[in-house]
Amino acid sequence: MIPNNFEYIRANSVQEALQLLSQKGDGARLLAGGHSLIPAMKLRLNAPETVIDISGIQDLASIHRDGGRLHIGALVTHRTVETSDEVKSSCPVLSEAAALIGDPLVRNRGTIGGSLAHCDPAADYPALTLCLDAEIEATGPSGSRTIAADDFFVGMFETALQPGEMITRVTFPVLTRGTGAAYEKFSHPASRFAVVGVAAMVTLDGSGNCSSVRVAITGAGPSVFRATKVEQALTGKAPDEQAISDATQDVADPADLMSDISASAEYRAHLCSVLSRRALQRAVQAARG
Amino acid sequence: MGHTIKVTVNGVTHEATVEPRMLLVQFLREVLMLTGTHIGCDTSQCGACTVLVDGVATKSCTMFAVQADGREITTIEGLAANGDLHPLQKAFWEEHGLQCGFCTPGVIISSYDFLKRNPNPTEEEIRHALEGNYCRCTGYQNIVKAVKKAAQSM
Ligand SMILES: Cc1cc2nc3c(=O)[nH]c(=O)nc-3n(C[C@H](O)[C@H](O)[C@H](O)COP(=O)(O)OP(=O)(O)OC[C@H]3O[C@@H](n4cnc5c(N)ncnc54)[C@H](O)[C@@H]3O)c2cc1C
Ligand code: FES
Ligand code: FES
Repeated sequence: MIPNNFEYIRANSVQEALQLLSQKGDGARLLAGGHSLIPAMKLRLNAPETVIDISGIQDLASIHRDGGRLHIGALVTHRTVETSDEVKSSCPVLSEAAALIGDPLVRNRGTIGGSLAHCDPAADYPALTLCLDAEIEATGPSGSRTIAADDFFVGMFETALQPGEMITRVTFPVLTRGTGAAYEKFSHPASRFAVVGVAAMVTLDGSGNCSSVRVAITGAGPSVFRATKVEQALTGKAPDEQAISDATQDVADPADLMSDISASAEYRAHLCSVLSRRALQRAVQAARG
Repeated sequence: MGHTIKVTVNGVTHEATVEPRMLLVQFLREVLMLTGTHIGCDTSQCGACTVLVDGVATKSCTMFAVQADGREITTIEGLAANGDLHPLQKAFWEEHGLQCGFCTPGVIISSYDFLKRNPNPTEEEIRHALEGNYCRCTGYQNIVKAVKKAAQSM
């Protein structure tokens, strides 16, 4: 399948990419790993007039830790997140989740910035980003701003990025003793996208009760969302098996979920409960160290 | 609209003018006539089109040829050296790791990238490493055996 024709320009720096974005306007698209954009262009679901290739911008391809924060550049590939020693020690749930994205060939090229900007309703990083209370750095003509994950995901394929802005990095908390996180995914057997994926993060106080709980669900609804009922039910409680099981009985209402050929809304609601329970159990274990 | 690109494929540098929308797999097959790289699904799923781009296994139906400018590509045709099959090719032959052979070039290229990073894999690791390469014939049993054998002889 052949995409529509387009103008191709390689940007060698963030500045250059931003200039091109403002010059070319609505008809321009950034190209990172290409593993969402190129398939869409081949199907002609997307037909940009200009493709700005940002994949060579080295500044956006590194990972570094700065005290309690882990900064991941927008162009860091899923493969790098999966295998990075820094990520494995600072925020192991991210490596675990990255290893579940697509297949090894997809992970060799797909990037975290591309995944978040694309905001597929069944993508994995949105759940991790939301659950871990990460921050997305968006850079535009007038500089950079930080967007909390809670404000970033607006709807299906829709984010808080403004025209002319690009994601430059994503910042995650370094998980220390007392805080644990886990990701549970039921993968579509062919595409490996999440039929449902649940990320959970739990912080325990000195007496072993939950001082904070965050649960984010992807794949189930039109966009990633937080399971606030579950979070409230567990906050302040001792997260034993019974408490987790009670809190995850009724996580999502099928009326709010998607139905398609792979799963009905009722089945997705069932998966939300089961996977929330498992993710919370593992997050608590991790928090106990 | 044409872009002049310089790409090294299997050690030979080629210069060509391509439309931006030309996929890397089309460039390899239709411009360079290297038809060992196959197009299966054409939708980024099956891995039949896998080649190495600067050493990294890549679905060449999901990359534009212009993006390969200045890079080194290895296709299945580039694995044998001086007429000797690569140990992976030999192992696929000996273990009969194929039936129709359509998926084989992609499977071998993926395995090459994988064995470089994990020279001594378990069966389970091999199966996970090949999740991006679909085979509609073999049921994967002999493919896994062949990769295991190649690992031992490399
Ligand atoms: C077979 C297959 C299986 C997959 N399975 C999964 C899966 O299981 N889970 C999952 O989460 N994903 C999956 N994906 C999607 C994959 O993770 C993509 O790599 C990802 O969604 C997009 O990242 P990219 O770097 O390839 O972005 P691109 O395709 O290059 O870009 C995607 C969109 O984001 C925009 N963009 C890119 N970078 C930026 C930036 N820095 N700032 C602003 N906008 C930007 C582009 O303009 C474009 O609109 C799969 C893909 C394939 C082909
Ligand atoms: S032809 Fe490229 S993945 Fe199937
Ligand atoms: S041998 Fe026929 S598809 Fe694999």
